[in-house]
Amino acid sequence: MIRKILSGAGAMGTALFASTAAFAQEAAEAAEAAAPVANPGNNAWMMTATILVLLMILPGLALFYGGLTRSKNMLSTMTQVGGAACLAMLIWVMWGYTMAFGGDGSPFISNFSKMFLSGVTLESTAATFSDEVISEFVFISFQMTFAAITAALVLGATVERMKFSAAMLFTAIWLTIVYFPIAHMVWYDGGDTGISGLLFAMGALDFAGGTVVHINAGVSALVLAMFLGKRNGYPAEPMPPHSLTLTLVGTGLLWVGWFGFNAGSALEADGFAGLAMINTFVATAAGALTWMLMERFAGHKGSALGFASGVIAGLVAVTPAAGNSGPFGAIVLGIIASIIAYIAVAKLKPKLGYDDALDVFGIHGVAGIVGAIGTGIVYSPALGGPGDATEYVMGAQVTTQIIAVVIAIVWAAVGSVIAAFITKLVTGLRVTPEVESDGLDIGDHGERAYN
Amino acid sequence: MKFIIAIIKPFKLDEVREALGAIGVAGMTVSEVKGFGRQKGQTEIYRGAEYSTNMLPKVKIEVAAADDLAPKIVETIQQAASTESIGDGKVFVLDLGSATRIRTGETGDTAL
Repeated sequence: MIRKILSGAGAMGTALFASTAAFAQEAAEAAEAAAPVANPGNNAWMMTATILVLLMILPGLALFYGGLTRSKNMLSTMTQVGGAACLAMLIWVMWGYTMAFGGDGSPFISNFSKMFLSGVTLESTAATFSDEVISEFVFISFQMTFAAITAALVLGATVERMKFSAAMLFTAIWLTIVYFPIAHMVWYDGGDTGISGLLFAMGALDFAGGTVVHINAGVSALVLAMFLGKRNGYPAEPMPPHSLTLTLVGTGLLWVGWFGFNAGSALEADGFAGLAMINTFVATAAGALTWMLMERFAGHKGSALGFASGVIAGLVAVTPAAGNSGPFGAIVLGIIASIIAYIAVAKLKPKLGYDDALDVFGIHGVAGIVGAIGTGIVYSPALGGPGDATEYVMGAQVTTQIIAVVIAIVWAAVGSVIAAFITKLVTGLRVTPEVESDGLDIGDHGERAYN
Repeated sequence: MKFIIAIIKPFKLDEVREALGAIGVAGMTVSEVKGFGRQKGQTEIYRGAEYSTNMLPKVKIEVAAADDLAPKIVETIQQAASTESIGDGKVFVLDLGSATRIRTGETGDTAL
């Protein structure tokens, strides 16, 4: 995200009022005195966008992940996604929002002045990227869904063997020491006088959360999966997805919801939201077909799961670039991310031998890194991006992006190790071998998905 | 009496059924089964992870017939189910000790 002052709109407003100079004078004084009022149009769009992100989690991600697991772990997977998201929502309003966006603090976290949403009223507002504002409750809700989906994404790596209680405790600790600080570092704008987040101050671009959500979730998932160990029988025993139909339903819901995620990250219904929207179409389309082509080049059949994986890789890659790239830059980004994620998932993972069950690192982490670094390139006005030609230097921007990615990776990895370690001490991480064999649906929840 | 068991490719079931009907076979039992022979299995690939399944879906047909009709049935199944490739299946013929129609209590050929 980058702050854009749309001075053009202000100038036009001034010209309209110029005919009645006295009225203009009064209006200007009134505007200075009164607090900014949220525009209902922007509020309405941001409420819609917020609900679209919820659609990504339930039922989108729950179905996407659930279909990829074996039928005996369907409910466990879906319940962990839903449970982690709900816990994130509650923690967000208690101490999450204030840690990430509670006002000036340090480059790493805000402060604790808005614990339990203290001081937030119907009139309080949050700044967008122009001179508009949106209601603070809407902004809190929108950002809440980001914390919720990121927490749920992580658990895709550990399905079929991690306890529900461990998933909940890990989520609570991880949000506090990993997600909230990274969200603050990347997105908190302290303005000219305040203390912006570390990566924001560096000028790192992350329109809708490539770093905050996807690199963060991917790296944390990898760490947690390695900490937890492989599923019994992996990789010798076949563990094919039990319902690719449901996975494709989930893929579609994720794509639809992602428009709230990406276009909503403009924080208002403006041209940047429109740019993010078109990019979320075309990068995804390119990613989906590229993955299927990669399968053909590898000598296999183009598959439905390949299509779904390419959709996600494209969506992840375009997330940081959504409002920071032209449509054709986004297409190239979708293609490259899909190629590299395919190699990571199909070739690299079997060689390295870790059990990232649903490829959270392989797709979200890898495509997220490609997208974050690539955003520094496609931002270029020469490539159709919205970068300011007088300020943009590709080498410098790409360097900034890489530094931001490295900081996020290190923070996420270290924080996840700490969170996993504490969780292991308190609840233990894994279910018993017997429960793992019977399935977590019956073992952890006392139900079967299919009767 | 003979008891004929045929294992065939599933998509050939309709052709075999029609061909057997045409030569006067009045009934049969059909089940979906799994197994393998020379065709081995097939390979499934999910995100690069290859799983070879060594059992393939087949259809099993069971027909009880009088001795004189049995060779004709075997020949008909063989012709109708053949695609001239591996995995087409097999036909087995067993001697059948007795047959009883439950409704009437008839036995032997008249029960078939």
